[in-house]
Formats: sequence, C-alpha cells, structure tokens
Amino acid sequence: MVTLLITIALVGSNMDTILKQGIVFQVRSEITENPAIAESFSSVEEFENFIQSQIDQRIKVLGLGEPWYSPQRIGLTMYKILLLDFGHATFLTSDSGSSDVKDIIFEKLPRTILLFTTATIIISVIGVFLGALSGSKVGSIIDRITSSFAIISSSFPVWWIGMLMIFLFAFVYQIFPARATPDIPSSDPGYIGALLYHMTLPLITIVMIGFGSWAYLVRNFMVGIMQEDFIMAKKTIGINQKKIIYIHALKNAAPPIVTILALSLSGSLGGAIITEAVFDWPGMGRLYFEAITVMDLPVIIGATYILTVFFLVSILIADLLYGYFDPRMRTG
Amino acid sequence: MSSVTPLEIKQEFLKSKIGITGIVILAILVLTSIIAIITIPVETFQEWNNPGNWISYPKIAVPVWINIFMAEKIPEHRILESPSIQINSQGTISLTSHQFGLNFDYDDFPNDFIYEFTSEYSGSPLLQMSVIRPDGIKLELLSTSLPFSDSKTIHSDRIFSTDEVIKKNLSLQSEIFGFNLHRLSVEDIVFSKIQRNEPLKGNYIFLIDLYGVNSENHIPESKLIIGGKAFGIMGTDEIRRDLTIGLLWGTPLALFIGLVVAIASVVMGLLYGVYAGFKGKKTDEIMMRFNDVIYALPALPFLIILSVTISNSIFVMVGFLMIFGWVGIAKVARSMSLQIKTRGYVDAATMMGQKNSKIILKHILPQLLPYAFASIAISVPAAITTEAGLSFLGLGDPSFPTWGQILHDANTFGAAARGLWWWIIPPGVMIAVTGLAFVFIGNALDAIVNPKLKR
Repeated sequence: MVTLLITIALVGSNMDTILKQGIVFQVRSEITENPAIAESFSSVEEFENFIQSQIDQRIKVLGLGEPWYSPQRIGLTMYKILLLDFGHATFLTSDSGSSDVKDIIFEKLPRTILLFTTATIIISVIGVFLGALSGSKVGSIIDRITSSFAIISSSFPVWWIGMLMIFLFAFVYQIFPARATPDIPSSDPGYIGALLYHMTLPLITIVMIGFGSWAYLVRNFMVGIMQEDFIMAKKTIGINQKKIIYIHALKNAAPPIVTILALSLSGSLGGAIITEAVFDWPGMGRLYFEAITVMDLPVIIGATYILTVFFLVSILIADLLYGYFDPRMRTG
Repeated sequence: MSSVTPLEIKQEFLKSKIGITGIVILAILVLTSIIAIITIPVETFQEWNNPGNWISYPKIAVPVWINIFMAEKIPEHRILESPSIQINSQGTISLTSHQFGLNFDYDDFPNDFIYEFTSEYSGSPLLQMSVIRPDGIKLELLSTSLPFSDSKTIHSDRIFSTDEVIKKNLSLQSEIFGFNLHRLSVEDIVFSKIQRNEPLKGNYIFLIDLYGVNSENHIPESKLIIGGKAFGIMGTDEIRRDLTIGLLWGTPLALFIGLVVAIASVVMGLLYGVYAGFKGKKTDEIMMRFNDVIYALPALPFLIILSVTISNSIFVMVGFLMIFGWVGIAKVARSMSLQIKTRGYVDAATMMGQKNSKIILKHILPQLLPYAFASIAISVPAAITTEAGLSFLGLGDPSFPTWGQILHDANTFGAAARGLWWWIIPPGVMIAVTGLAFVFIGNALDAIVNPKLKR
C-alpha cells in the first residue's frame, strides 16, 4: 500500500500534466479539423475563450480539476486498484493489441515466470547442494572454489555477463539468437519450442551469476550447523556422512534458506529489469521499464501493485514455512 | 566485537592475502583516476557526447595493441600534425611546401585519408597534393586553386580522399599500375603495389605545395589524417569516441559514486539503528516499522521512477542510492546496540547522568566501527553496479559519462551481436575489478570482525 502511495505520489503530478496537455491538443485538433466552428466566431478573443471553456469542461469531466493528491482521487484510484481494475494504458499495448492494463500484465507475467522463476529454482537447487557440500568440508577445494566464485560473481553485473554471452554465443559461435524475443507469432505451433530456444541464453546467464552467492549463503549456514552438538553426536553414532549433511543438517539450515527462497521467487517476478533489457525478453521487467520511460501511469501502478502483492504473499508463506521447519518459532 | 582493537585489525588485515590484493587493486585504481584527472582535461571529457569533437578519430577502430598478436597488421589510425615546412621564393612565385612522412607497415589498406588545413593568403594560390611512394613513384593527387580574395584572408578546408577529382587524376596515371583501377577507391590505389592490388609497405611522403604569386602564403594549421582501422589503447566506438578517455575518466567517477554512497548510507544506517536500539520501546518500534517500509520497496523500479521524474543528475542519483542503502545496516546496527546497551559501562554512564547523545557517540558507536568499515567496503560494489545498471538503461547523467553509459551506447549500437569486443569487455571488467577490490577488502575485514566466519 505504501509502495503504491509513493508511486502515485511520484508519478501523479507528471501524469496530470500529460493528460491535460493531451486534452488541450485534442480540443485544438478537433477544431482545426472542423473549420465551420472557427468561422462562426467573429473575433480571435472569442474563439480562444471558446477553446478554453471546452478544455476546462473536459478536464472537469475527467476529474482532473482537483489536484492528484486530493483524498477523493487517491481514494478512488486505490479502490479501483484493489478490484484489479487498472484502467487502460495510455501508450503501451499488449501484443494482441489490447490496451487494458490487466491484459498487458497477464500477457507478460507468464513469460517472466517462465524465465526468472525457472532460473531461480535452478539456482537454488544448485546453490543448496553446492553450499551443503562445501559447508560440510570447510577448507576443501570445493569450498574454496565455491567461496571465491561467489565473491567474484557478486561483483559482476548480470547484464554485462549477458552482453558477453551474446557476444560469445550469438557472434563468435552462432548457436543462440541475440534477441530473446521469438519472431514467429504466438499462434504458431512451434512457438513454445522457439520460446524455449530463445530462453536458453538468458537462463544460462542468470544461473551462472546467481548460484555462487546462493551456495555461499547456504555454506555459511551449514558451517554453523555442522559444529552443533547434535551433528557431532550423530557422527559418533556412525550415521552416514551424506545422510547427516542432506537430511539432518540441511533440515536445520532450512528456515533461513526457505525464507530467502520465497523472497527471491517473488522478487524474480519483477524480472531483472536490466537483464530483460539486454536480452530483449518480453516480460514484466521490460514492461516496467517501457512504462516508466513513457510515463504510462496505469501500467506502472498495475505492475507495482501485482509485484507488491506477490511480495507480501510470499513473506506470509515464508513465515508459515518458517514455523513448520522451526517449531520454536510457533509460540514466539 | 569489543575485543578487536584497531591495531589487531591492522595486523590481521596485513596477514590476509585477499585484503592485500584488494588494497593493491584499489591503489592502482586511485592512481589511474589521479592520472586521468591530471592528464585528460575535463573539457575533453565533457565533450564526450558531442560528435563534432571526435571527427578526426576513426569509427569503430580496434585497439592498437591487437597488432602484436596479429600476423596481418591492421593499419593504425594516424594523425600527422607536424610536417616539415619549406618556403622557397623564385622571383614573383613563392612556394610553401609541407611534407608528411608516413611509415606504412601494415597488411591492409587504410580506410581513407583527410588533409585538414587553414591557410593564410591573398590572391588565388594553387594547392597541389602529391605523394611519393616507397618505390619512388610520384603520384599527383590534386591540384586546385583556393578561392580568390583581394586582401589577406584565412581559409580553412578539408580535402577528402573520396574527392572525385583525386580519383580522376589517378586514372590519368593508370599506366603505372598493372591492374584495372576502375572500382577501386583512392587509398586502395595510392597504397598499392604496382603489379597486384596489395598494400605496399614502406615510407610514404605526402607533399602539399602551395604556389602563390607576389604574396607570402602560410599554412598555419596543417594536419594529415590517415584513417586506419586501429586506434589508441582501447579503440574507438561508433561515434568515433576514444574509449581510453571514457574508461580513464570512469574510474574517479565510479570511485566517487561508490564511496560517497557507501559511506553516507553506512553512517545514516548506523546512527538510525543505534538510536533506535538505544532508545528502545515505542521509538524503536516506530523507527523499525519505517525501516521495514523502505525495506519492502522494490529498489530498482523506484530508482528508475525517481531518475525519470525528478532528475538524472549524478549528485541527485547518489542521494537516491543512499535512500535504499542504509536500511540493512540500520537493522544490524540496532541489534548490535541492543547487545551493547546491556553492558555494565553503559548502565554506569546512564547512572552518572550522561547525555544520551554522548553515550551513543562515545560508548556505543566506537564499538561498531569495525563493522562499519567492513560494511562500507561491502556496499561500495553494490552502489557502483546499481549506478552502472541505471546508466545502462540510459538513465545516467549525460554530462558525466560513466562505464555504465559506455555499455549503454554499446548496447544501443548492438556491439555484442556485431562482435565489437573492445567496446564491451573493458568497461565491464573495470566495473568488476573495482567491485572486486572492495569486496576483497570487505571480506578480509569481515573475517576479522566476525570471528565466526573465520573457520
């Protein structure tokens, strides 16, 4: 909610100016198209007055007479948003040509889920196993490689690696296409295949950059847990090392990991705006960026709202899961 | 936490290899920025987005050092500015002659050549351009008269190798060559062997002769540009900009952005968190809820909205980055100050009636300093990459081009798909190296401050 309010506050005033200018332009063009109206006035002043009154009338009808921060307008906007009625986009349209914000968002969302959520899941699976492995053998070669990879990959911007990947795989070895948007229409039966094929390069890039820090995180949790007494006890009893790591230790490391996983999953819905820009992936991130650059307020608000809702829901889920994995939390 | 003294930190730090590496990289970067600020005037840098300033540079030229690894040498872009000048007078005719020597030692023809001059004359002098090739053949390129003027005038002009007249003059001398000159461009003929159309290596001399009658003529500015395909240490981009300048100047900018954002947000976060933790109760609750609200804001979309709606000036951007930087630090600082608060000496200080501000500044904050330094070092790379990301989206400050903006331009011109590696790799490597330096330092400090991670 606060996020939404701030967004509206930031873009509201600009939006009003744009809308008002749009009305002025509309009125003027209507009159120039219709010379009969202009001829019916005797003086220029009278003519200008007429135009002004027309403009004022329209502004009032659209409710733009009051400033954007008046409680009525914000209240109305918030109410509409709650009902998922985002109105119509001013500039952007969906691929099928609809300018309804809901249509646009629900067209882009699946693509982002396909790319970023898949990537996040792959990253977390690789990260958890690698992290568990290196966390259980502190100081081993795997541990060192994972740690240094995490440190190094964290300081590389993902989008730069993306550019390098495009250079390498689209220019030097022409395996994957440089643009991630498939060029065949979505009705074509081969569309899904083409989409998956175009998805490979961004997917590899995101996974490559992402799993290092995940592994490092999991490793740090594991290092702490592997020194706990109950692990020692299990070791002395003679339980299989692998079993200890993957069942007992990992279950204890689970609560923070699950929280982070839930947050990063919902965060992935926003799509990395920049990554999508590099690969030209037609998802939420690019939608967001396009909307902001042309100041398409309904789209910005709609996208922000959906993302915030997902964010809050995933925090809730994470909290519930936390309670499931760590019973101590339930009473707290 | 309290057991670590500054001296210990220093000793431990000097022991850690990673920390030393970080410091060394940082020192090199600082040195680079000092060199950049001293050697490259700010004016050149501010002309970065003005294409007119870069007209005499080649388009998308590869770095010069690539020739070391190439069997076939790529022609370098040469700007010859100091010709040897001879002035002869015979009776009424005076001759001003400029000679440009060029050692051409490459396996490909140059792109073009341009002669840029400003001459001071009266009357209508004759300008002749010819070239003496390594094999002794002299080719007449152009002879033209400068516009007539009664009094002394100053005339500036450029002679391009694409000039039709030069082509025509060369085809008049076509009997020298053993192949058909038709369809070949001027530079392909001038720099060609006689029998086959292959580059001829050796010393070329370009002659510019200015004949005047009854007057003294000068060419105060005279410049011959041999348009090559390789230029400078870092090459050039699509708009003929010298990437070396952009990369060099990017260093102080990135360091400035990173350090200012990191220091400011850590200081903000520390004060906020410590105050909240120290006060406790309602104040703590309210302050932490406010913290949560900012924490829940999606940072990048908001940064984009802010830079689009308010301003994309680099200084305002630094401010925006700070808004999102202090939140995490405030949380940690609060929990740390909650711990310290329970210590005996803080209680004693409160008992003695010391002011809150004094307790915070004198007794709590110093305990957090090691942590603060570690988090400054760790948050620098984030600030640099975020700024680079924003610039990459085209939202950066155009008057201060950063590495991110170089990459933005590279992306808009499709450098990756066209294989212009020298436009993509260096800026990214610089971002990564700068980030790495701070990450190394931060990690080394972190290991000392949090002994738990040391194992």
